[in-house]
Amino acid sequence: MDRHELKGGQVIDGFRLIEPLESGGMATFWRVTRDGDDLPMLMKIPLLRPGEDPLTIVGYEVEQMILSRLSGPHVPRFVAAGDFERPYIAMEFIDGLSVKSFLDNTPLPAEAVATIGAKIAFAVHDIQCQHVTHLDLKPSNVILRGDNAVLIDFGLSRHDQLPDLVQEEADGPVGTGAYISPEQVLGDRGDPRSDLFALGVILYFLATGERPFGEPQRADNWRWRLWRDPVPPRERNPAVPPWLQEVILRCLEVDPEARYATAAQLAFDLQHPEQVPLTQRAARMRRDGVFTVAWRWLRIARNPPVRFRRAVATHLADAPIVLAAIDLEPGHEALSQALALAVRRVLATEPNARLACINVLKIARLALDKLEDAEGRNPHLGRLVGLKHWARAIPVAPERITYHVLESTDTASQLVDYARHNRVDHIVIGARASSRLRQYLGSVSAHVVAEAPCTVTVVRVADFETVTRNAGAQRA
Amino acid sequence: MWIGLFSDIHANREALEASLEHAHSAGITRFIFLGDYVGYGADPAFAVDTVMREVEAGAVALLGNHDAAISTGTGGMNHIAAEAIDWTRPRLDRTQSEFLARLPLTFEDGNRLFVHASAHAPERWEYIISIESASRSFLATRAQATFCGHVHVPELFHLSPTGKLAGFQPVQAVEIPLLAQRRWIAVIGSVGQPRDYDPAACYGALDTERNILVYVRVPYDNETAARKVRDAGLPLLLSSRLIEGA
Repeated sequence: MDRHELKGGQVIDGFRLIEPLESGGMATFWRVTRDGDDLPMLMKIPLLRPGEDPLTIVGYEVEQMILSRLSGPHVPRFVAAGDFERPYIAMEFIDGLSVKSFLDNTPLPAEAVATIGAKIAFAVHDIQCQHVTHLDLKPSNVILRGDNAVLIDFGLSRHDQLPDLVQEEADGPVGTGAYISPEQVLGDRGDPRSDLFALGVILYFLATGERPFGEPQRADNWRWRLWRDPVPPRERNPAVPPWLQEVILRCLEVDPEARYATAAQLAFDLQHPEQVPLTQRAARMRRDGVFTVAWRWLRIARNPPVRFRRAVATHLADAPIVLAAIDLEPGHEALSQALALAVRRVLATEPNARLACINVLKIARLALDKLEDAEGRNPHLGRLVGLKHWARAIPVAPERITYHVLESTDTASQLVDYARHNRVDHIVIGARASSRLRQYLGSVSAHVVAEAPCTVTVVRVADFETVTRNAGAQRA
Repeated sequence: MWIGLFSDIHANREALEASLEHAHSAGITRFIFLGDYVGYGADPAFAVDTVMREVEAGAVALLGNHDAAISTGTGGMNHIAAEAIDWTRPRLDRTQSEFLARLPLTFEDGNRLFVHASAHAPERWEYIISIESASRSFLATRAQATFCGHVHVPELFHLSPTGKLAGFQPVQAVEIPLLAQRRWIAVIGSVGQPRDYDPAACYGALDTERNILVYVRVPYDNETAARKVRDAGLPLLLSSRLIEGA
């Protein structure tokens, strides 16, 4: 189908072409409508002409195959696809702002970078939970709509449970020069953390106004990023705070193992800047010297890294965000110990897990609570000290643990909201011993179990006294 | 319409019954059997009777190398396979043996080819286990999709219009679209003797309208099947591999 043949008003498989949209190199886009369908739609029509790059055809097959399986607020809804006689994909039209449009106003303030970055990270996490790695993440492929980032163009993506047609077709690395990850340059399309690298490039661009590795067009030059580290963001823009440089440079690590384990964990840091543990990455003010770079080049030239592929699902399962809801009230020490034991068991099998230790400070509904107690101490500080003391028993690296004191009139709802907002995978919470009043009012843990968006483990202290008493009563 | 693709039943009654029951409950009413009903397992007569009954009801059944060996002899087989065939032969009656001897090597349905081993010289029982063996099969047929068994390990080979060929380890229960612009060889795993380290029976479900293939795994009572192999005095390896799936 030639783009010049298409005219407004033309009907293709029941879709009426309304107006052409901005065209890409490999496809044309039209706003379309269909009788009886209210969804705003667009039609993507690939340019499949003789002599066209075979990857264009494959990209069309792949996008059709993958988009039709994705759902949720972070992807355009798939509507229909044509056959090879009349190729097209009809999908939801996303009315929003392309991240590309922010590039004219860079550098953006750190808070704006973090907000946009967290939205994109949640979108990446969502598609990865559906077995898909995007593998061509860049500003023009991300549209911000309301609270969500929507990812588009799945032509180079990989579905973990389907044949990788792009890998089959391509003779070398496939991607966009400015954003492609080092492992993709080496021909590995199986690592979900490749999307985190591309996201790191986007964050770097938004925070500094420059691309960390330029825009190399020839694939030969893509390899430079294997040994040449980028200029630290703070050298380019001194207004970048250390925590943001830490996050960006962690995304841009050459070794995927050194990056965040999942996009949800990256989003967690972007949403809690004050909790980002700073390492030498945050302090870096200039690039590595020639000698270091030459040594890295030599090492890679001699021993190209070989890695073992793992399914996206396995990878995500190994790196959950675990929320421990800790009761610091006096009189519940046994429960708090049991909770620590349960959390240790959960973390023992998940080496890349992150632990968020939460205590909810219950405030009165109407009264304006004082920020200090009678002796002038900040109750938050006391709670934080308590949380850190509790966590001593949990063997987990400092960069994998954070502490949060939240305020709420409704502890259970607050925990559930927090879990939802941070894509928590597993909540561990203690249940106090039951009493008449609790049975009547309902306990916090019961509310959390009923409403949490994820797995919940409820920890109890074994109450042998009651067990024995009841057993005795039955015998009597 | 959904078609059940059953290969390499190998006289395993428990696996065959469980797989058929599973397919029926999934709404599959039409079957294509890709060969090797006998050999290795302890219930050859039951396996052949079941397939005969399905064929009477409209199913297609193809010839496998173990089925052929009943009448033509065990030349070219390893000694364990040959020993199992020699054990099997006297346990089949004349009707069952003649049914096996008359089975065709291939079946074509539109642009789909069904065969036990490979489209390339089907009577030579070549294993499709590599890019080379897959390309020989692709060259031997014009069919867009070939469905075969023989290997006991599920794999899906795909050939692009530009001649790029790759293999893929299918994930169970996932709908795989067999896209029209490329060619496919679907090596269906084994119902009665899986060897991909998963002892569950494996069969293929093909939706002929949407051109979608699903690899289905069915856990079955493999301990009973293994015990019967042992009690029959067949080689012990044939019993233990039902437990290990290797």
